[in-house]
Order: sequence, then structure tokens, then C-alpha cells
Amino acid sequence: MNQRNLPEHPDFLWDDPEPKSSYDVVIVGAGGHGLATAYYLASMHGITNVAVLERGWLAGGNMARNTTIIRSNYLWDESAAIYEHSLKLWEGLEEELDYDIFFSQRGVLNLAHTLQDVRESVRRVEANRLNGVDAEWLDPRQVKEVCPIVNIADDIRYPVMGATYQPRAGIAKHDWVAWGYARRAAELGVDLIQNCEVTGFEISGGRVIGVRTSRGRIGAGKVALAAAGSTSVLTELAGFRVPIQSHPLQALVSELHEIIHPTVVMSNHVHVYVSQAHKGELVMGAGVDSYNGYGQRGSFHIIEQQMAAAVELFPAFSRAHLLRTWGGIVDVTLDASPVMGLTPVDQLYLDCGWGTGGFKAVPGAGWAYADTIAHDRPHDLVAPYGLDRFVTGHLIDEHGAAAVAH
Amino acid sequence: MLTIDCPHCGPRPETEFGYGGQAHVAYPEDPSALTDEEWAGYLFYRDNPRGEFAERWVHSAGCRKWFNAVRDTRTYRISATYTSAGPVPAGIVRPRTDVPHPVSKGA
Ligand SMILES: Cc1cc2nc3c(=O)[nH]c(=O)nc-3n(C[C@H](O)[C@H](O)[C@H](O)COP(=O)(O)OP(=O)(O)OC[C@H]3O[C@@H](n4cnc5c(N)ncnc54)[C@H](O)[C@@H]3O)c2cc1C
Ligand SMILES: [Zn+2]
Repeated sequence: MNQRNLPEHPDFLWDDPEPKSSYDVVIVGAGGHGLATAYYLASMHGITNVAVLERGWLAGGNMARNTTIIRSNYLWDESAAIYEHSLKLWEGLEEELDYDIFFSQRGVLNLAHTLQDVRESVRRVEANRLNGVDAEWLDPRQVKEVCPIVNIADDIRYPVMGATYQPRAGIAKHDWVAWGYARRAAELGVDLIQNCEVTGFEISGGRVIGVRTSRGRIGAGKVALAAAGSTSVLTELAGFRVPIQSHPLQALVSELHEIIHPTVVMSNHVHVYVSQAHKGELVMGAGVDSYNGYGQRGSFHIIEQQMAAAVELFPAFSRAHLLRTWGGIVDVTLDASPVMGLTPVDQLYLDCGWGTGGFKAVPGAGWAYADTIAHDRPHDLVAPYGLDRFVTGHLIDEHGAAAVAH
Repeated sequence: MLTIDCPHCGPRPETEFGYGGQAHVAYPEDPSALTDEEWAGYLFYRDNPRGEFAERWVHSAGCRKWFNAVRDTRTYRISATYTSAGPVPAGIVRPRTDVPHPVSKGA
């Protein structure tokens, strides 16, 4: 299919039901994680009496705002396990959902600009290989072969000294991913309820039995949070805390251009990442705004800095026009790894802390979270990510692999 | 970009400042007496309200002093700034110090 001409869509892919008085499982948040979790609960575990409650419109949060980079080249075993599981699910997802998601395995380059970068990158390539994740170390000439438009001259402030390369990485169309999961979940009996804000929890004897919402009380056998940047607000209502800070994270696109960028390029050091969307916009992002914020917007100097970095690495972009910028609310943890699993409240579950990088995890996290909810115990992929790691000190420090928001 | 009213220098653009997260988080009085849960609370848990937040900023490209601000995390509007040394304005919400709950079961 010509990537630049998207297929026609039916007007409605799912129903718009009234909430029932109770469900076996209530999921809070219809972003990628909530929708994937609902789908896998229904398809893998036969649990179909499920509602996904969404304060706004379906997948209008970070799911609509991310830059869609998918990869699994993280350093530690626990991370490689869940991100690689997710990447394998991505590889079969169009078929599984019977829906186009424009998953394009165009590879990702993570550039190195300092000796420290080089060492860290080579170490990560070796760690990836031991974990069965495809990874290569490329010298600057090989980087240029993969991505001819990148500047490898040595007269810039931070010349490219090489890159890690994951050929199976890529991008997908985030809104289509959400719609694909939503459509199949709805077909399997899940109620997708928009404009329904969860405002409180009913807890009896230490166990959650329902939620209060802007559309009335809804009883629940189990409640699964999938509220990304709003998780702290919800857990406060449920009477416990999470080690998360919510930050604005911004991104931008240029006007449409001929397709000139064949892959995804990320640079932790110069601090930008760039890909080209299927229609031709250059898509760029970088780090979070420094301050806590729930405003879905940030400061313009952040945008200016990432454009400056992009022009240094890609001189061809210097005349491209900025078309649009936006922001989401990302849920940041101190070790740049997610928080998943059980909580101090029985039958209430947590999936959050994906911060700047949880789009790639949508299939894998949804799959493992559904299993955790269905069996009321952390799945093996989830177990390392429990709240207890902040007490035991078993942090999963992925700042090296995750330093640019991605 | 925010305009931040440094209590020492007056209103300056955000690019001159660094962010320091939640204000008024006290170092434990007797560190060796802390349980693992209490350490987790001190090291990893900060409040994350949707609304008014007392937070620290440093005027890195100006007087280089740390100070505090009260900012609404929804609108980003700063309603007050005050020095770290001076009196704390009335109505500032202090950080929660309760320790994180243990998780009831599982690992
Ligand atoms: C600019 C930007 C770029 C990014 N780029 C990438 C990238 O390239 N690759 C990558 O892997 N990740 C990326 N991410 C991160 C990724 O988008 C998130 O980690 C992921 O989307 C979070 O999961 P989600 O889709 O379920 O979240 P969301 O889509 O935010 O879903 C949470 C939902 O919960 C709802 N909600 C909140 N509170 C309530 C309530 N009280 N009641 C009911 N509903 C509620 C919200 O309205 C929202 O729809 C990026 C994020 C941003 C903002
Ligand atoms: Zn000053």
C-alpha cells in the first residue's frame, strides 16, 4: 500500500455504550496501555465483562501525542525482557488485530558523540545481543550508509563517533494502533466509555469494590489503573503514593516533505531524535520540561533547542518550517523504568511510570498487565517493576538507554 | 517560557533558572534510625499534585541562589516566590512524610 495514501475508514469502529452498574474489571484510562490491556484480558483470558473508562476521548492523551518510536535495545535484563516481548508482539500485531497500523521496521540509530557515549553504546550492544535483541555497533561511515542525510563531518561541536543500530526497531501510526485495539476489544464485548472521569474509589476491608465517576458509581471486581501522567492523582484518592513526577513532554512536526529520512535517529548527547512520518512530516522530540506540570504544554525554548540540535545533525532541515508543536503529561520515575503490579489495595493494579517511552511497550505491557490482573499476581515480566523495588533498592536504571525522551 | 520572579533579582526568563523539585523536604534528622521504607520515602517519593505546588528553583545565570516558588501545575502560574531563608508564607502545603505502604502480597 502506498504509505502516503491512507485507506478509507468506517465512521465508527466501536460502540458508545452507557456504563453498566458493574464490571468484572474496570480499567481507568483509554490510552494505548488501557486499550491493549482490555484487548488481552478478553482475547487471552476470556474476561470480557470489562469497561475502559476515559475522562476525555479515546486515546487523546499521550497515546495521541507520542512520536511513535518502537525499539527494545535497553540495557538491563528486566527491560530487554519486556520491551523485546513487546517488539515481538508488534511484529504480529497487524495480523492479530486484522487492522493496518503502519508498523515500519526501518531501524533506529542511537548516535554516540563522546568517548563515554561510545563505551556505553558498545556495552549496550553486547548486553542486547546476550538478551537476543538485534543490535550492532556502526562506525560513522556505516552510519552514513544507513542514513545518508546525517552529518558525520568532524567540524561540528559534537561529531558523530558511531552509533548503535537496531534494525528491527521502527515506528507505527499511534492513533491507528489505539483504534485497532479498541475495535477488537469492543468486538469481544469490552465497553469503551468516554467522557467518564474516575473521581474516587470505593474500598471495603482493604479491597476495591467500585469507582466513583462523573457518570455515577460503577461497581468493579478489579480495578486496573492505566492513567499515565495522572496516576499520582488517582492513587492519592485510593490512599497510597507512587514515586512519580508528572512532567510536560513536547514534540513537533515540520511541514510535509519528500521522503528523505529512511530510519530513526536519536542522539542523547546533542539531544534530539528525528524520524519522518509516513505522510512526510519530520517528527522531532527531545527531553521533558524540567518542572512538574499537568498542562499538556511546555516552554518554547525546549522546542527551539531540539530544532537547533536537529539542524546540526541534519543540515538539510535548515529550511524546513515548523508546522505544529504539542505536549503530553508523562509520568517520570527516578530510574527511568515503569511501575507495574499489585498495590496496597487488594484487586487494584498499577501500570504507570512509562514516562517518555511507553508507546513501544503498549502491546507487551498490555499483555503482561492483563495476565497480572487475571491471576492477581505479577507476571514474570512485571515482577521486577513492583513498588517494592524502591524499598529494596533493586532499581532498574535505564537512563543510559532512555536519556532522550523517546 | 515562564517568567520567574527571583526574590533577589526580580522577574527573569525561565532559561536563566534550574529546577529543584519539591520544596521543604527535610533531610532525615537521624538517618541511621530510618527503616528501608522511610528511606524509600525520603529518596524516591515526592508529592505530585495537580494544583498548587511549593517547589525550588535556582537562579543559575543570575544570583545563583536557591529560592522557593508556589506554582500551579495546571496553569503554570506562579503565585509567590520567597527566599529559602525567610519566613514561609501562610498556606504553603508541606510535603507529605508518610512512608509508602507495603504491598500486601506478591513480589
Ligand atoms: C511528546 C511525546 C513523545 C513521546 N514519544 C514516544 C516515543 O517515541 N516512543 C515511545 O515508546 N513512547 C513515547 N512517548 C511516551 C508514550 O506516549 C507514553 O508512555 C504512553 O502513551 C503512556 O501510556 P498510555 O498510552 O496508556 O497513556 P495515555 O494515552 O496518556 O492514557 C492515559 C489516559 O488516562 C486518562 N485518564 C487520566 N485520568 C483519568 C481519570 N481520572 N478518569 C478517567 N480517565 C483518566 C487520560 O485522559 C488518558 O487518555 C511519548 C510521549 C509524549 C508526550
Ligand atoms: Zn536571582
